[in-house]
Amino acid sequence: MIRLESDVLVIGAGGAGIYAAIAAARDGCQVHLIDRSLIGRGGATVMAQMTVAVALGEQCPDHWEYHLADTLKAGRGLCDPALAQLLCENAPLRIREMDAWKVGWARENGHLKQVHAPGHDRARCVYVDFLNTGPAVSRTLRTQLNRVNAIRRIGDVLITDIVVHDGEAVGAVGLHLVSGKTVALEAKSVIIATGGLTRLYRRNSGSQNMGGDGYALALRAGAELIDMEFVQFFPIGHLAPRMIGMDPIMWDPFRYKLGGRLLNAKGEEFAERYGQAESGQYVLTRDVATYAIFKEVEAGRGSPAGGAYLSFAHVPEAELRKAFGPVIDRLAKNGIDLTKMPVEVAPIAHYHMGGVRVNASMETRVPNLFAAGEAVGGANGANRLSGNALTEAFVFGEHAGTAAAARAKSRGASGWNAKAAAAELDFLSGPGSAAAAPNTAALVMELQALMADNVGPFRTEAKLRLALLRLAQMQRELGALPAGGSAHYNMVRLDWLDLRNMLLVAQTVVLAAIERKESRGAHQREDYPGMLPEWELNQVLSYREGKLGLSRSPAKPIARAAK
Amino acid sequence: MTKHTARLHIQRGAPGGAPRIETFEVPFEPGNSVLDGLRRIRATLDPTLAIRFSCINANACKECMMVLDGKVVYACTERLRDGDMHIAPLGNKALVQDLVTEIAPRDERLLR
Repeated sequence: MIRLESDVLVIGAGGAGIYAAIAAARDGCQVHLIDRSLIGRGGATVMAQMTVAVALGEQCPDHWEYHLADTLKAGRGLCDPALAQLLCENAPLRIREMDAWKVGWARENGHLKQVHAPGHDRARCVYVDFLNTGPAVSRTLRTQLNRVNAIRRIGDVLITDIVVHDGEAVGAVGLHLVSGKTVALEAKSVIIATGGLTRLYRRNSGSQNMGGDGYALALRAGAELIDMEFVQFFPIGHLAPRMIGMDPIMWDPFRYKLGGRLLNAKGEEFAERYGQAESGQYVLTRDVATYAIFKEVEAGRGSPAGGAYLSFAHVPEAELRKAFGPVIDRLAKNGIDLTKMPVEVAPIAHYHMGGVRVNASMETRVPNLFAAGEAVGGANGANRLSGNALTEAFVFGEHAGTAAAARAKSRGASGWNAKAAAAELDFLSGPGSAAAAPNTAALVMELQALMADNVGPFRTEAKLRLALLRLAQMQRELGALPAGGSAHYNMVRLDWLDLRNMLLVAQTVVLAAIERKESRGAHQREDYPGMLPEWELNQVLSYREGKLGLSRSPAKPIARAAK
Repeated sequence: MTKHTARLHIQRGAPGGAPRIETFEVPFEPGNSVLDGLRRIRATLDPTLAIRFSCINANACKECMMVLDGKVVYACTERLRDGDMHIAPLGNKALVQDLVTEIAPRDERLLR
């Protein structure tokens, strides 16, 4: 066993985790920044293609209260107004800070360029060309991070449990994947910044590392999850022809800059049938577009691979090249010439609105346990506005880092208790299961197919029940003891530990989806169409003695009218 | 559609041991990447094959670097093809297991 000690432990080194680490160190704390993969590379941040929403008023007059109004509207009445306000109000500070750190936001005529994304009332989203927002943000944050001596960065460590003693978080335990050794990390405060749960779905735009680890950690530690039924599908994820070396959500920037036409198999524009006409502009919100594409496919008007066509054939080549330069060459390498052919797109799991329930200081109900970034639930309600994901990573990361640092400084010692850590450490270092293990990699894929087919954006009681039943069976097949040995980089054990979390988290999504008998934002029930006023409430999940519990909490009223 | 099969000869083993070559027949659809093939091997033939990647297809994480037919490549941006393909871990990095090597910067490792 390897033992480490710090003031603040940050789990997950994407945008939120790095920002949290920098903030905590700035306030005088010794920080351990842990990631299961490489620092600053393995999460969703590096994969962001374009927009970051912020009321800067550079492109046109703006105020954070307008941004808040749009965020609340998109959230369909379920946003936690305090978290949403924090996001919008602090966004300009963080985006300017990133600018000072030379991230390279696109500029035009002496000001930061802001584009108008669907769901916003004006041009509000900054970005880095070409399709380079995520890589630029990651590089910039890593540069800042590497300058701070008080932060120790450690990759290839999978955190498997938060250690709780006397009801308070005192650190975490995990597995060093490279050596197969167990690790105990003592800390005065802990921040979960592990992102969302897109890996639960077959087609997703996230990374392999986002199987809801942080949600499972929080649940087992005694914290609550909120809004778990709301999984955002990105409507125009790339479907065909097969591309390599490109992110499946890359068509978003194309639509921002060039509009493009979304067509069914008959070559008709169809968005208008579902309530939002396009007329050459990119105005379709994500939930409506996802719905429209699914319905066209269902009606037999889908593209050959089962989606819709996205066409830029009407855009002159010179204009394509001006807007996307080198990307056009990468497309050519994949055999795609946009002047001659449409591509096929279909909804793809993209983001999770739900997550760890926190207060306005980003703290869970377990003292000393905080969350940041996509791992946090509540700010975005039933549907997230385009561009708010990186913004919340920065804002919540900074906020959680500051709060966790204050907490760490107020505590003399972590209160680490070897007995509290022993069970999980023994579990991790034990011989594991003697029984023949199921193929864990196959089980992951089966789970992804199950969720995609039965717990996608369009849901019915029958399909949700079927999913719940199968999840319980899969849990039995997985067994209570980890498969695989403790060898170096043991993928079977890694899959097993991931499945333990993924199956638990999948159940929280399904349970909340079964209960919510209405359609709202990203949660559409074919058997309960329409949004009902009595469902203006948040569902909260907790975990006790191996059982999930679900309760309801009235949505928090919006305290102040937005401007 | 004609059936395609790549024959992947993969160098496996742990540090200190003698490496062994294992061969897997992988059916594929035109356009599939080498990483697709390695993931398929894990799910259908041998889940113990150690590989590392995060972003799957975007070539953003840069973790899936390995040696294909003597050349350093990203497994996510190389296409599978019919016939023999030889895959080995990076030669200039410390071996961890199978195709996984120690690619993290030294100051970002637990054991330095």
